[in-house]
Amino acid sequence: MTASLNTRTAVTALVVAGLVLLPVYSSISGNVFVLTLFTRIVIFALAAVSLNLIMGYGGMMSFGHAAYLGIGGYAVGILAFEGIGSGFIQWPVALAASALFALVIGALSLRTRGVYFIMITLAFAQMAYYVASGLARYGGDDGLTIYKRSDFAGLVNLSNRVQFYYVCLGCLFGGIYLVWRIVNSRFGLVVQGVRSNEQRMQAIGFHANRYRLVCFVIAGTLCGLAGALLATNTDFVSPSIMYWTRSGDLMVMVILGGMGSLFGPVIGAIVFLVLEESLSQITEFWALIMGPLLLLIVLFGRGGIDGWLERLRRG
Amino acid sequence: MLLVVEQLLNGLQFGLLLFLLAAGLTLVFGIMDFVNLAHGSLYMMGAYFAATFVAWTGSFVLGVVLALGATLLLGVVLEFVALRHLYGRDHLDQVLATFGLILFFNDLVRLIWGPAGLSLPLPGWLTVPIQIVPGVFYPSYRLAIIVVSLVVAALLYLVVMRTRIGMLIRAGASNREMIGALGINIKLLFTLVFGLGAALAGLAGLMQAPILTVQIGMGENILILAFVIIVIGGIGSIRGAFLAAIFVGMIDTLGRAYAPDLLRHILSPTAASTAAPALSSMLIYLLMAIVLVVRPEGLFPAGKR
Repeated sequence: MTASLNTRTAVTALVVAGLVLLPVYSSISGNVFVLTLFTRIVIFALAAVSLNLIMGYGGMMSFGHAAYLGIGGYAVGILAFEGIGSGFIQWPVALAASALFALVIGALSLRTRGVYFIMITLAFAQMAYYVASGLARYGGDDGLTIYKRSDFAGLVNLSNRVQFYYVCLGCLFGGIYLVWRIVNSRFGLVVQGVRSNEQRMQAIGFHANRYRLVCFVIAGTLCGLAGALLATNTDFVSPSIMYWTRSGDLMVMVILGGMGSLFGPVIGAIVFLVLEESLSQITEFWALIMGPLLLLIVLFGRGGIDGWLERLRRG
Repeated sequence: MLLVVEQLLNGLQFGLLLFLLAAGLTLVFGIMDFVNLAHGSLYMMGAYFAATFVAWTGSFVLGVVLALGATLLLGVVLEFVALRHLYGRDHLDQVLATFGLILFFNDLVRLIWGPAGLSLPLPGWLTVPIQIVPGVFYPSYRLAIIVVSLVVAALLYLVVMRTRIGMLIRAGASNREMIGALGINIKLLFTLVFGLGAALAGLAGLMQAPILTVQIGMGENILILAFVIIVIGGIGSIRGAFLAAIFVGMIDTLGRAYAPDLLRHILSPTAASTAAPALSSMLIYLLMAIVLVVRPEGLFPAGKR
């Protein structure tokens, strides 16, 4: 295999190496904060990768993707609360619940197109948000504290910071690999074909919506995994995890990194969260800078960071 | 029974307020094909402007008029500086850019007015309860909101249905390229419509301000409701927005008023009081989902007629 060395692959390799070696740096320098920050980043990157699957490759602009974060998180939180501590039960339930939710709302939402699709996915996510705030037994608006992290029978110890980071990173790389396999499979090609011309795909005999729906469910399930990780990371889950601005954040990460590029969302998540973190350290009013920055990125930065790297390569 | 009348009026009042917000949104959406998440920020700015100007001038009416003008100006400036460049773009770009504007406005408000909310005190003549039917008193301010909203709705109807500008607006909603090809100055029309929408949002915000506190993020929840309304009503349709707004206002208000009692039959009292607001909020989204499944283009799609 001869990988041509260009800026894009170089940056990708650099980021991967950086993410893998981060705990080493953290333990040498004694900087624990950077590890906690990047655990969060890696989890959000997984969510962004899953959103990119439907948004970038499938052309489905879901504005309710944060709902799966909540569902995955609540599945883990509620089971832990009810005394079922085994990760072998908690995590599959989290995935299954997310998949089921994606199946139901996908089947309904995919009847609509364009702005209507953006809005109906938003509406379903808000519904999930209100359901969570109505769960009196599980804390309602105040959220649910998870007192004990999932128990994987000694296989991994999620309470160990470094081990948990590598679990998250493994999930992220697994997610990217999955998306890569999907995108290059026959199934993925059909989904991308439907994005560019639905009528033509219908005409040559593909059930466009069936392909879309399966893609939608896969993305939802993957994001549910991110939700389970996120809740574990904070030992806490509350309705705000799926508030609509969170869905907006995820969309920003995908577009910032580059829609429809395999690794773009990861870079998008890193840039977005690091920017948020560093701006909020400079000034309390970080959004005053972040907001217009987003506007400028949309106005002038077509294709996101990935598109920019691609242009750089072409010169 | 008396309570029912009061709740129905509350529902009507909230529905009309939602209509003011949704009308601007649906016009902008329908004509410019522009998704403006920052519409809720204009609503918030209207409320902050009103609270500030009323305190400055000491007069409620003068302050409100100034606030309306300021919101209109803000809308026009916003359109001119930023949003105008986004019209031809993908909906996604628009969602993202205006999402950035929400972040910006929220922090701007925090910077100028501080994180604590403001309150907009009512003048004495708006606080007396009025007897509407024998034995039923209703706050005069809420009644005033109903009257003002109805008047504005009627004016809007007249402007859109009976004037040349309105004709252009309607034409723009059904076929944008065509009215451009017929030699209409679309840019000017867009700026005008955007300013109008901003003023309507500001009006809704400042009228709601004395009832709730003026606070950061007040525009966000109600913005989503407004989106639900225009999606139910059909994008670009004022009539659809009106009916859907009244409907949603009623469901929300009556749901909040009666769901706790209904739920008490099946749940424990504490669980019922937590679940009820969630349930009534959910009802609205459920309604939207049903409408979209049955009629994916909303009840009164503008482009089709």
